[in-house]
Amino acid sequence: MTFSGALSVALPELILSVGILALLVVGAFVGDKGTRPVALGAGLVLVTSAAAACFGPQGAAFNNGFVEDQAAVFAKVVIYLVSAVGLIIAEPWLKRVNGSRFEYPILVLLAALGMGMMVSAGNLISLYIGVELQSLALYVLAAFRRDDPRASEAGLKYFILGALSSGILLYGASLIYGFAGSTRFTDIAAAVQSGAGTGLIFGLVFLICGIAFKVSAAPFHMWTPDVYEGAPTAVVAFLTAGPKLAGMVLFARALANGFPGAVEQWRQVLIAIALISMLWGAFAGLAQTNLKRLWAYSSIANVGYALVGLASGTQEGVQAMLVFMTLYIIDVTGFFACLVALSRDGRPMETFEDMAGLFKERPGVAAAMTIFSLSALGMPPFSGFWGKVYVFKAAAAANLQWLAAIGLLSSVVAAFYYLRLIKTMWFDPTRGTTDASPLDARGVAFVAAAFSFPVVMPALALIDPLSKAAASAFGLN
Amino acid sequence: MDLQAIAFYVLSAVTIGSALMVVTARNPVHSVLFLITTFFTCAGLFVMLGAEFLAMLLVVVYVGAVAVLFLFVVMMLDVDFGSLRSGFARYLPIGGVAAAVLLGEMILVASAVGDRGAAVTTHYGASPYSNTEQIGRVLYTDYIYFFEAAGMVLLVAMIGAIVLTLRHKPGIKRQVIADQTARSASNGMRIITDVKIGQGIDA
Amino acid sequence: MNAFLLQYLPILVFMGIAAVIGSAFLVAAFTLAPRDPDPEKISAYECGFNAFEDARMKFDVRFYLVSILFIIFDLEVAFLFPWAVSLMKLPHNTQVFAFWSMFTFLFILTVGFVYEWKKGALEWE
Repeated sequence: MTFSGALSVALPELILSVGILALLVVGAFVGDKGTRPVALGAGLVLVTSAAAACFGPQGAAFNNGFVEDQAAVFAKVVIYLVSAVGLIIAEPWLKRVNGSRFEYPILVLLAALGMGMMVSAGNLISLYIGVELQSLALYVLAAFRRDDPRASEAGLKYFILGALSSGILLYGASLIYGFAGSTRFTDIAAAVQSGAGTGLIFGLVFLICGIAFKVSAAPFHMWTPDVYEGAPTAVVAFLTAGPKLAGMVLFARALANGFPGAVEQWRQVLIAIALISMLWGAFAGLAQTNLKRLWAYSSIANVGYALVGLASGTQEGVQAMLVFMTLYIIDVTGFFACLVALSRDGRPMETFEDMAGLFKERPGVAAAMTIFSLSALGMPPFSGFWGKVYVFKAAAAANLQWLAAIGLLSSVVAAFYYLRLIKTMWFDPTRGTTDASPLDARGVAFVAAAFSFPVVMPALALIDPLSKAAASAFGLN
Repeated sequence: MDLQAIAFYVLSAVTIGSALMVVTARNPVHSVLFLITTFFTCAGLFVMLGAEFLAMLLVVVYVGAVAVLFLFVVMMLDVDFGSLRSGFARYLPIGGVAAAVLLGEMILVASAVGDRGAAVTTHYGASPYSNTEQIGRVLYTDYIYFFEAAGMVLLVAMIGAIVLTLRHKPGIKRQVIADQTARSASNGMRIITDVKIGQGIDA
Repeated sequence: MNAFLLQYLPILVFMGIAAVIGSAFLVAAFTLAPRDPDPEKISAYECGFNAFEDARMKFDVRFYLVSILFIIFDLEVAFLFPWAVSLMKLPHNTQVFAFWSMFTFLFILTVGFVYEWKKGALEWE
């Protein structure tokens, strides 16, 4: 492929990079007064990149270091759009905290660039650089309110555990390189085909552990509750959506493109991780009183469900994972948009007690939160139910009925905390009036709630063939 | 035993010994100094593998910059290192388990390499180019994507460092030389006439 | 022993001699020098002060910023070495490509530098 051909394949990332550099210079000269224009520009860049990914040429570029296929396009469109929504949610929050700062949208763009590189990775080096680019930007975002000790703590914890996981990932990558003789996934697949030795399998397990850290699957989830609790809510809304999907697609890409000859081996590891995540997310969530911590455990459990799809090791399973994650991140973005919209006496409302009687105060927001909780719980006809249907069907088709059964069981356990939240909002006595809520965050919440039901029904007719085409790009059977 | 083997055993013995001292030394400043020794001997080992460029990078970047930053922190940070150390015995069992797992892993990997050989072998001596040049021949052409992406990673690091640590003290007056030299009588001086008695001047 | 490692023989010899001489002086000082300590002799000199407090204290985070920015540009320079060594030996069209590839990289970091400068991160108020 010629160099200009390679550039046109990588056009979405090119647009992002140029946009980042341009907005950084603009921000540097205009200062914090320019936060709003820079944020608007960042949103525009994200939407343009999503369009470029949608309509641009596909193929592999840079010696297979960068792969643009149906799966990458699907993930990129979702990630870039959800990052743009993350900017909308952050807007009122940035205005409220002292000194709204123009670096925020730029860091979001950099994280989105890293995620784009992750889903297009065709080489262990681009995998690692993508993961690092995304993680470094997220560490800074988590500690963005540096005067708040909890946010600083969250950023520090996230950084140290993230650095540890990067080390594990690199260790696995170097083992794979050492035994396969190449960092390219296609060459690794060939080496695995001709006999996967112990060394390669060890490398594979370390690689899986490293990525599991990044998507916060148990038992590598330790950072999640603390980071969710400490980091600003608007940041959590961003970091619980796109990065999770990017990590899951990276999982599928590394395993399906690099280790198609060792499906049985990686399936075992994924089944174990999925099992622990679902159960841990359900049971540990029962003890939480802080909503952000609660949704951290909920996200651990949901990553577990998505991994059930991947653990099927089939094309149907990958499709189920993509559909599930897409529906989940819309839900979770909506939920955190509600949390951003709510405050009482200038203090964010984050605990069960704060939510008591919310329905009488803010019926709209409370109804939206109810919908998101029911959806995350997997109640038909909300979107979360359809995601779970896909996942469990794929698991059953791959002879993993027992795993699907345990998944159902953990959903029933998790139902307790979602229902508790709903009960608190609807039936408990109110704790006083809430502040006026910003329109943008509320708007995002209502749109997401409308998506959760009823828009999800016609939307699924669209998502289903797209995700099917995306899953077929991985070449599993 | 030839000179190469002696050099290898001396370098690796010093590496392991000083790495052990990094975690056991009582004084954190000594830990950092031992860390620098470890970097140096690792650089020696890299040279023996034919990875000259990596060896020099280790000296330039790690010893020259990273270790200095570490020293900075341990010498000047207001942390009670005695209390930090108190958890040592408590975490020893679990840390020991992790270390044992890693050790077992390394032994397995080493035996696998001894068994069927790693796919990657060193070709130093065979190539007409030096190690640095070999890297240079591919890094900026074949691997341009990774190279520019590494530039973006450095950019994130730059933005992150500034976002998290830069704060300006309010009310600091800086000397702006351009403004000083551009100042002339017309904009720096005002001639006041007609001052009414007892009214003062409104600046 | 191959020719490549022989280039490093002088360094090895130098390190060996340095180690021998360094340790010889230490050992000699320990074994040969007369030592007869008493409490007065090893205490601080009459008008000297005892240490008031720990030498560690909180320090300005700006020192940190400067050293982190230094490391970033140090790494940038590390990427320049192989480029400088190999560029002129590449075939012509690859050479032009490698030249502009490095300048794109430098451009990215220069944008970062402009940002730093305008933010005032390089000023010591």
